[in-house]
Amino acid sequence: MTAYINGTGLISPQNTTNPDQFLPELAEYTADFLQAIHPNFKEYINPIAARRMSRLIKMGITSAKIALTDAGCDMPEAIITGTGLGSVEDTEKILSGMISGEQLMNPTPFIQSTYNTISSQIAITLKCHNYNSTYVHRSFSFESALQDALMQFLEGSADTALVGGIDEMTENHLQITRRAGHWKMVPVNNLRLRTYITPGALAGEGAAFFLLGNHQTASTYAALTDVKTLYDLKRNLCIEEVVTGFISDNNLDISQIDAIILGYNGDVNYDSVYDKLGSGPFRETPQLWYKHLCGDYYTSTGFALWLAANILKHQLIPAGIKINNHPGSNEIRRILIYNQYRNINHSLLLLTRKQS
Amino acid sequence: MTRRVVITGIGILSSIGRNLPETINSVLTSRSGIGRLKHLNSFHRDEFPFAEVQLSNEQLLDLAHQTPSSGYSRNALLGMIAAREAFVHAGLDKIPRLRTGLISATTVGGMDRCELFYGDFLSNNTRNEYIDVYDCADSTEMIADLLQIDDYITTISTACSSAANALLLGTRMIRNGKLDRVIAGGTEALTSFHVNGFNALKILDKVPCRPFDTNRNGITLGEGAAYLVLESAEAAQAGGREIFAELAGFGNACEAYHQTASTPDGLGAFLAMERAVKISGLDPSAIDYINAHGTGTDNNDVAEGLAIERLFGDNIPKVSSTKPFTGHMTSAAGSAEAILSILCLTHRIIPPNLNLKTTMPEIRFTPVTELIKNIDVNTVMSNSFGFGGNNTSLIFKRI
Repeated sequence: MTAYINGTGLISPQNTTNPDQFLPELAEYTADFLQAIHPNFKEYINPIAARRMSRLIKMGITSAKIALTDAGCDMPEAIITGTGLGSVEDTEKILSGMISGEQLMNPTPFIQSTYNTISSQIAITLKCHNYNSTYVHRSFSFESALQDALMQFLEGSADTALVGGIDEMTENHLQITRRAGHWKMVPVNNLRLRTYITPGALAGEGAAFFLLGNHQTASTYAALTDVKTLYDLKRNLCIEEVVTGFISDNNLDISQIDAIILGYNGDVNYDSVYDKLGSGPFRETPQLWYKHLCGDYYTSTGFALWLAANILKHQLIPAGIKINNHPGSNEIRRILIYNQYRNINHSLLLLTRKQS
Repeated sequence: MTRRVVITGIGILSSIGRNLPETINSVLTSRSGIGRLKHLNSFHRDEFPFAEVQLSNEQLLDLAHQTPSSGYSRNALLGMIAAREAFVHAGLDKIPRLRTGLISATTVGGMDRCELFYGDFLSNNTRNEYIDVYDCADSTEMIADLLQIDDYITTISTACSSAANALLLGTRMIRNGKLDRVIAGGTEALTSFHVNGFNALKILDKVPCRPFDTNRNGITLGEGAAYLVLESAEAAQAGGREIFAELAGFGNACEAYHQTASTPDGLGAFLAMERAVKISGLDPSAIDYINAHGTGTDNNDVAEGLAIERLFGDNIPKVSSTKPFTGHMTSAAGSAEAILSILCLTHRIIPPNLNLKTTMPEIRFTPVTELIKNIDVNTVMSNSFGFGGNNTSLIFKRI
């Protein structure tokens, strides 16, 4: 089942909120983690409603509205979100209060800490009574939401679906998850991320929404052809076989993939998984990366999907995202995105250029 | 290529029983699981009753056959025990594998460990093995590892309708031919985190919850885990195993009204039920029993009651809320109540709405207050509504 990406909205550490622009220049940071660049939320959310909303909720609603406007859609027939952690800021407010022995008096952080808050707040904003769900499975969160939308189209239960991936990072959460070995221990330069031969990723955040439809429209960026998630239960997966199998399941061979976007983190412990593809089956394929632009977070493939959709629409690979110098084909027809979390949760997204 | 989806296995662990046989016994003897907290060290332990699983984490580790050294949350242990019961109940340990998925639901995830160790997480390295058990996916992956499931796994969180949406997704994936079998359900351990949250919302009743009663004053929080094995009708033929019910209808609708309140007329509840009936292809009059969401809050019970009256008109099925048995199991409520609904089909009973003395004046019907035995029950509906207006209804049919 194919879905068409008919509108996009992205809030990220890059300047991405204007759908008419495609990464004219890259934002450079030397930082512990990459923070999203916020638009003026007041332009998108009623200021009275916005006053109680935490940052992630505002990021989610705003990027959803940008995507809907971009697609010229008022009322999606499904709203499906993915978030690995939901509103970390609200959860921390409650936990910090608990360790200092305070009774929770204000229910707002508790309400907003539930993971479905963004999808339901979007529904409230739009008065949308249609199908509404939220996926919360680490680096499968956004992919599960996409798979649900594709199945809605297959069933004929919806013609459009607003699908988003949203996650945030905070100072406290960075400090805690650093202890579990997730992140680099010192500030790094994001644009040189792959040159660090150290353990850990560079943390990031973002909110990416897409208006998917089962028909191509004038605003279509590209087609989303297939989405696969793979949990490596036995911890012995041969990733080359998985990816080539996915391509042949789609009746394609590797030479028909015009670019592959890989989830490199500059993490000495896990980047070798990407190297296996880059120096193996995809050695003749233009290879791109994206986490130096947005950092790593559970729904980072939302950024990668935005990137791929724009490359296919503009037929342009922006400066600063190539891994190799393979010239590639004149026309960019198909892009494969591959990401993995700790070599356990693997995901693949296949995009195809729209028909002219 | 829409395929029929049937239930071949059930596993449940809650305040009314450690497993399915104990749960059935509690229902048949109208025994509630609500009482005083023994295991959770909550600030509010003496203020409100709770429906706590009567097992310590050490006892749960033992039941789950896990070693104490590993970093397990209570949430994961509850889920592992109930999911394995469902898996074995369906006989999946004895027959060849088909494409099998795991769709699990939770909202607090491993918060039960996180809230204990948060101070350590911030200041030292003594509890690092519990940092990664905090998120919602952790318990799902623990269950996947235990049952060796890897064809598809994901986790859903739509607040108190989470497990109903897990069953809904599993059903859709089988109907559409993506999977042959799915273990679907939810797990939720009581935590101070959400006890405090619900207390701040002022919706915890100081006495055991009284859904649909005129004096009702909020919910009673519960905990536990409940999983069902869903299979395509063809897959269920393998190995001469028992089929308990068909999952014949499902509806998901969003209230789109308020983050924590239902519309006064229950529009979201009505839409979810109406969609479920439509998918089932049945007439509303075919529904014999509704296991209501029936939380005991002012707002929910009026909205749900009016929505039931709107959909069923003068032909209202028997209705009860089983939350006075199990407490509100939040993210696990949808699958726990799906199981109690299926017991109506298999045991020819209607469970009572305990604690109901005077039916609230806003509704025309009276929920069932005494256990009904030896009754023909062919089709039942189970409602689960969540914060954010995420409402889901499921319909189960006798095979």
